[in-house]
Amino acid sequence: MNNAIPKWVDIGLIPLLNLLLALLISGLVVAIIGESPIEAVKVMIQGAFGKFGIGYTIYYTTNFIFTGLAVAVAFHARLFNIGGEGQAGLGGVGVALVLLAVPWPHWTIALLVASLAAMVFGAAWAAIPAYLQAKRGSHIVITTIMFNLIGSALINFLLVGPMKAPGMAPETSVFPPEAAIPSLYDMFAVIGVSFDKHSPANISILIALLAAVFVWFLIWKTRIGYAIRAFGHSEDAAVYAGISPVKIIMVAMLISGALAGLMAVNTVQGQARHLVLDSVLGAGFVGIAVALMGRSHPVGVVLAAFLFGILYQGGGELSFAMGIPPEMILVIQALVIMFTGSLENLVRVPVERLFFSLRKGGAA
Amino acid sequence: MSTVTETNQGRAPASAPVPPAIELMGISKAFGPVQANKDISMTVAKGAIHGIVGENGAGKSTLMSILYGFYKADSGSIKINGVPTEITDSHDAIAAGIGMVHQHFMLVENFTVLENVVLGAESGALLKPSLAKARGELKRLAEEYELDVDPDAVIEDISVGFQQRVEILKALYRQAEILILDEPTGVLTPAEADHLFRILRNLKDQGKTIVLITHKLREIMDVTDSVSVMRRGQMTATIETSTTSPADLAEAMVGRRVMLEVNKPPAQVGETVMEIKDLCVKDSFGVERLKSVSMSIKRGEILGIAGVAGNGQSELLEVLGGIHPASGGEILMGGEPIDLSVKANAGHRRERGIAHVPEDRHKRGLVMPFKTWENTALGYHNLPKYSKKFGFADQGAMLDDARGKMERFDIRPPNPQLIASSFSGGNQQKIVLAREIESNPDVLLIGQPTRGVDIGAIEFIHQQIVNLRDQGKAILLVSVELDEIQALSDRILVMFDGRIQGERLPENTDEKELGLLMAGVNPEDQQ
Repeated sequence: MNNAIPKWVDIGLIPLLNLLLALLISGLVVAIIGESPIEAVKVMIQGAFGKFGIGYTIYYTTNFIFTGLAVAVAFHARLFNIGGEGQAGLGGVGVALVLLAVPWPHWTIALLVASLAAMVFGAAWAAIPAYLQAKRGSHIVITTIMFNLIGSALINFLLVGPMKAPGMAPETSVFPPEAAIPSLYDMFAVIGVSFDKHSPANISILIALLAAVFVWFLIWKTRIGYAIRAFGHSEDAAVYAGISPVKIIMVAMLISGALAGLMAVNTVQGQARHLVLDSVLGAGFVGIAVALMGRSHPVGVVLAAFLFGILYQGGGELSFAMGIPPEMILVIQALVIMFTGSLENLVRVPVERLFFSLRKGGAA
Repeated sequence: MSTVTETNQGRAPASAPVPPAIELMGISKAFGPVQANKDISMTVAKGAIHGIVGENGAGKSTLMSILYGFYKADSGSIKINGVPTEITDSHDAIAAGIGMVHQHFMLVENFTVLENVVLGAESGALLKPSLAKARGELKRLAEEYELDVDPDAVIEDISVGFQQRVEILKALYRQAEILILDEPTGVLTPAEADHLFRILRNLKDQGKTIVLITHKLREIMDVTDSVSVMRRGQMTATIETSTTSPADLAEAMVGRRVMLEVNKPPAQVGETVMEIKDLCVKDSFGVERLKSVSMSIKRGEILGIAGVAGNGQSELLEVLGGIHPASGGEILMGGEPIDLSVKANAGHRRERGIAHVPEDRHKRGLVMPFKTWENTALGYHNLPKYSKKFGFADQGAMLDDARGKMERFDIRPPNPQLIASSFSGGNQQKIVLAREIESNPDVLLIGQPTRGVDIGAIEFIHQQIVNLRDQGKAILLVSVELDEIQALSDRILVMFDGRIQGERLPENTDEKELGLLMAGVNPEDQQ
């Protein structure tokens, strides 16, 4: 007796159909504003995969993997961490502090220290809402979203005050050159392949992929992952099993915050090389869509992050090349989120029905 | 066993033949891949009490939900009093004279009886005339059918038995000629159940037709004229009750011969393992749920806790199992006190040799989306045998263990990769039982061991409990099924309103006396 639909339908076919539906409607919207949808798709694909675009696509993908994993880990404990934005921002503060405070001798050490600082700061920013949820029952959605605002205000304060570089702009000084981590251009140069020199993509993509592997082990292979999943599926059963809700909420949120914070290695250390205002640029929120679409599975998260990377970069190209307003990109993203998140059953239910009737026909 | 297709024994009219009250023809209903009802035809004579029995998931509730308009059948048709009737929602059902009393009551807790009866059947924009009319009607119904309830009492203040009467009144107020009752006695004391059956007989005498869904065979034998047996979505037999026996019915339900008695050698009682002294528990609203309860449990005995649901038994289990903190009193295991502070949790109880089969396996005992091998480690996942270095789980060991448990407890299908929700109720319960029994506890707490479990598995589960007792373990059994308590227990405590109302030995008591204790009456006082 197996009532489940096969995995490839669940995590492959259904998200794909959702995506196609979203793109179809997006095409309609593009047509309504008087542009050619086919042309738009062409521009987007070229923009995302062209010689200059691909580096940006990878760069955005890296961000979204970190924030997507952050949301996914919290989801497994049925916690809705929408504070990725603030946690990643604070991660940036951590990166800037350690890189400006000490002249690290080599980029490998700088990367290690900056990663640790990013994780600690991100986790710390998640710890307060987590504690309030675990001990006081304050809803984590409310507290994390408020902590985004507080975090943004705090960064403003730091960048016009204590951490401000000499000059007019609200930003820190540029990090010492020893702290610069290799870009994809540097890395590909080693094996003799040429890559766009100005692309922001850097070695962080490897850290992001490592983080995905780590999350997979954490959730499915460790005892704490077992406890997180048990708690996420049923708090009552977890309490019965002697699993402490306080502990799980804290652990899951600390890991989640640390993953979101790690994003700063890509943006602050890798690309900008100093801390500026708004270094996160909405990646924290995109992470929610990425985790939803990736069904909280690391592989799904990586794939969904790549998709959103394409949408981000290709969409930017769209407004540049075709004069389609940048808000359109938000519309397309919103449609993707809507179809993969809240309207999921729109596709799921008919597909399941179809599948069962096929199977029944096959069995008879 | 004689099988009849037409059951007209309820009343045999001399003149023109009366069309049957309900006629279902070829009803089928599928939920996804599950065929809940398969080509079901059933006839209920007017003025009869008709029982429907079947194991959990046999399709009884689906069938009645179709009749009441909650679901639409995929195929088939319905005739009410000989007239083909299309029932697409409960309004149609009410218009056709069908009333339903659900297992979980649909009453507004802070409304009065009168307001609940009128709700949805108000005769105008103003409430007062409706209420006045209902008051008169309620009085008439009360006299006619022994359905007396104070119309001005607020629902949350009256007992479950009375709440059920309000549900019946609601249906009758809406001119129901056909009344469907879904597991009506699950929440009643034996005396309340007897009263309910008197009401049902009165209703029948007035020509009403009653459909009674139950899994208690004794009720079927007591009160029905005819009975339909369902198994796996199909109707396997419709029988006149007078021509059948509980054993035959059980066989028709399960498809094989079942033992209804428990095979139990005399108890070899040893020393006391667990002692409970003046245990008190408050719920989250500060209401005392357990009021100074004391008892002791010895090796090799099954201590049964009888009582109507909601009299503190659940809280007792949860405190002993480490799920709720106690507000007072102490628990000794082998003479040593147990930490009852808020910090202590279920994990600490397991370390002290207390295993717990919770009352609600869906909510607590299992993580429903977890695979069987994950569920058989639940609560024991940090034991060295399931652990590897660096915080990893030894999933190989968990899997091997699950395979062994599935074999020893005959859990079917024996595939440890299946998730808990894909098993039947009986097999789910066996997963929990296997895990807790094989943890080799000193004390096993077990709540509602056979709730929602098919008859075939009940036999097995009862035998496992007795076997564990015979290994010298102490067992604390909580059940709202008095039959189960009487069959299994070596000693019976009756709980009422958070207190121990009395202690009896099963051989020296009967259902009547236990029923009085369950209702909070001390039989000695009455004499």
